[in-house]
Amino acid sequence: MLRNISKKMLLVVLLVTVMVIGLTWQPSRAETLLRAVLDSGIKQLDPIWTTGYAVRTHGFMVYDTLFGLDENFNVKPQMVDTYTVSSNKLVYTFTLRSGLKWHDGTPVTSKDCVASIKRWGAKDGIGQKMIASTDKLEIIDDKTFRLTLKEPFGMVLQGLGKVTSNVCFMMREKDAMTDPNEQVKEVVGSGPFKFVKDKFQPGVTVFYVKNDAYVPRKEPASNMAGSKMPQVDGVEFIWIPDPNTAVNALIAGEIDYIWTPTLDLIPKLNAAKGVKVEIHDPTGLQTILRINHQQPPFDNLKARQAVLYATNMEDNLGAVTSDSKLYEACPSMYPCGSPLASNSGSVKQDLNKAKQLLSEAGYKGEKIVFLHCTDDNVINPQSVVSGQNLRKAGFNVDMQAMDWATLVSKRAVRKPAAEGGWHIFQTWFNGPDFLNPIEHIAIGAGCEKAWWGWPCDQQIEDLRTSFGKEADLQKQKEIAQAIQKRAFEVVTYVPLGTVYQPVAYRSDHLDGLLKSPAPLFWNVKKK
Amino acid sequence: MWGYIVRRLLATIPVMGVVAVFVFLLLHLAPGDPAAVVAGSYAMPKDVERIREKLGLNEPIHIQFGKWISNVVQGDLGDSIFSEVPVTRLIAQRIEPTLSLATASILIAIVLAVPLGIVAAWKAGTWIDHGVMVFAVLGFSIPVFVIGYVLMYGFSIKAQIFPVQGFVSIRQGLIPFVRTITLPSIALGVIYAALIARITRASLLEVLGEDYIRTAHAKGLQPRAVLLRHALKNASVPIVTIIGVGIAMLIGGVVVTESVFNIPGLGRLVVDSVLARDYPAIQGLTLMFSAVYLLINLMVDISYTFLDPRIHY
Repeated sequence: MLRNISKKMLLVVLLVTVMVIGLTWQPSRAETLLRAVLDSGIKQLDPIWTTGYAVRTHGFMVYDTLFGLDENFNVKPQMVDTYTVSSNKLVYTFTLRSGLKWHDGTPVTSKDCVASIKRWGAKDGIGQKMIASTDKLEIIDDKTFRLTLKEPFGMVLQGLGKVTSNVCFMMREKDAMTDPNEQVKEVVGSGPFKFVKDKFQPGVTVFYVKNDAYVPRKEPASNMAGSKMPQVDGVEFIWIPDPNTAVNALIAGEIDYIWTPTLDLIPKLNAAKGVKVEIHDPTGLQTILRINHQQPPFDNLKARQAVLYATNMEDNLGAVTSDSKLYEACPSMYPCGSPLASNSGSVKQDLNKAKQLLSEAGYKGEKIVFLHCTDDNVINPQSVVSGQNLRKAGFNVDMQAMDWATLVSKRAVRKPAAEGGWHIFQTWFNGPDFLNPIEHIAIGAGCEKAWWGWPCDQQIEDLRTSFGKEADLQKQKEIAQAIQKRAFEVVTYVPLGTVYQPVAYRSDHLDGLLKSPAPLFWNVKKK
Repeated sequence: MWGYIVRRLLATIPVMGVVAVFVFLLLHLAPGDPAAVVAGSYAMPKDVERIREKLGLNEPIHIQFGKWISNVVQGDLGDSIFSEVPVTRLIAQRIEPTLSLATASILIAIVLAVPLGIVAAWKAGTWIDHGVMVFAVLGFSIPVFVIGYVLMYGFSIKAQIFPVQGFVSIRQGLIPFVRTITLPSIALGVIYAALIARITRASLLEVLGEDYIRTAHAKGLQPRAVLLRHALKNASVPIVTIIGVGIAMLIGGVVVTESVFNIPGLGRLVVDSVLARDYPAIQGLTLMFSAVYLLINLMVDISYTFLDPRIHY
């Protein structure tokens, strides 16, 4: 009997031991595999086809750029070795660095770059303006190509080195010949990391390995400029849709980096050992309220101005986070701290004035359809606050709750509100999207060609054109301020302040993360 | 029997047809534009329009349906609008995690619930019965994501026994597979365990009051034999039915569980596809889930013939 019990006990102990060892056993992991969570899953792989930020990050991993923006917003050569600009600023000649190779081993040549610029120029806002001003884009030799403008365009280098979507990524000629409204079929770049096709699971995981053949610049890394030397063997972007799970995974050390941790979980991250929370993008998220200029009552300037005076930045920002270090009531339409920032034309909340303007606009209490996005942690609380402020000013607000995917389709409807149209929605942009009035799509007022809401003001468009032609920074600043002043006057949109979205990472795993508006994984070492 | 199975399988064809029409119309009439999502939040109106044109979304709805359904009958569910990967391949990539999670969850539920239900019925009215019923009520009342987060906090963050998230295929090793699947399976299985335990108890209690059970006791049979051999077998039809319903309900349950534990299965694919308005993926997945649901129902119906000789088809 005792012997039987002992045997059973032995078996139980053995089983428990095996289970404990088994469950606590960790699979061996490559020391230099960096695992990061971006703001969304990557399903598309063509950063020219879409403007999504996660795909742009994928682009920075795989592709390289002719120029890059350093951390002081100065444009620096990247793939380009030397360049010259003619005295009349109409002819730009670019020479590529030696030794640049595509991931398939073939050399990077001028014809690849010319084709890439043309494809980018068909999609991107600055690119379209640059191509429209272009007379010739010609290949001189394998490493040299020339851009000849038919009229001055002061944003050539800024365009080629821009950080916002669509970034002017260089692709092989055969990929760059793809229709810009279709995706490229292969992902072969010349950037610091190579895309691993076999491990790609759309919306789940994207895997990259170090490009051993990458030839970095000699200058130290600075934002998108300088050395882009990869320091880890591999990078994996895994998409964790639940923000709480992502934070738990970082605390448990299963991942190394979260680009946009939800702001209400920041205290939890701050309290975690080995985790650092830092603001890497000094330009922040620019939160905005967009008005439909085509629909009554907002086809009337006074009604739009009533919205401007009804809103309150502090109220909106405080709704997003209680941590005042994470927001700034920045009155500028260009990111505060950036070269073009100013207070020109900005106003403070004044509900009495808003009511008066509304009365002068002849508003009779018609329903104001407010597209309320509920699945974004910044837009959702801000929309609720704005809706309430508008009610206080006398607007009859109809908050229509929906997810972002529904909102982006509803905002395309140009019919009256009663037939499925809209009056107002809120969103945010990454700061670099607003660095200058050409990239700044919310400040534009090109009527049918303008961003959703279709503001229409010839003065703004003329000033934007002048800005594009001007290369002198001081003169650019003056024009930018004039544009901002006019944009406040006609209320192309209402700025609602800056939210500084921090990144969170394992400081005991990573070293050398670059401060940048985009998540960058070159220069980073795994401890 | 075989004639019945063939008839039932043939009957799935019109059902699937109705599902196909319904899902297609519902998706295309509901608000949402995949072209706008593809283009990105910051795209200009003209870019969205170009993409819509390229994707064929401007074509009349009956033309779009005709193209889609003619491909479906040839076994082609179309390509994802976003990744341009065939929907069948997307499903194949994601089926293993979901199948693993569903199987483990239902096994946990059955292994836990049937004995609990039997004990509760056998000890009806005692504290054991009350305890089981409290578990059943709690298990069914607490949402799966709450159970998931509690398990994650206790076993992943604090005890560090299981990983917080992710899935490792069984082909990459049994132990890593078990480590990743355990917590999600418990979180999901508890709900169905609660349901199955209640039905097992209720069904057994009804059978235990029958005359033939009293006769079995009168014949001097051991209580265990009466319970397991005579009562349980006759109580099993409702239990099998609820297990079948549970398997079908898992389709909904995996959506939440896979999101909480970041398991890249079909549930997450459904959510991602719906949020992005990826029409071909949503349509393909709905058709597949409908087929699974119909097959489970058929299998449950067939199993009755083995459990109850009075049932013939």
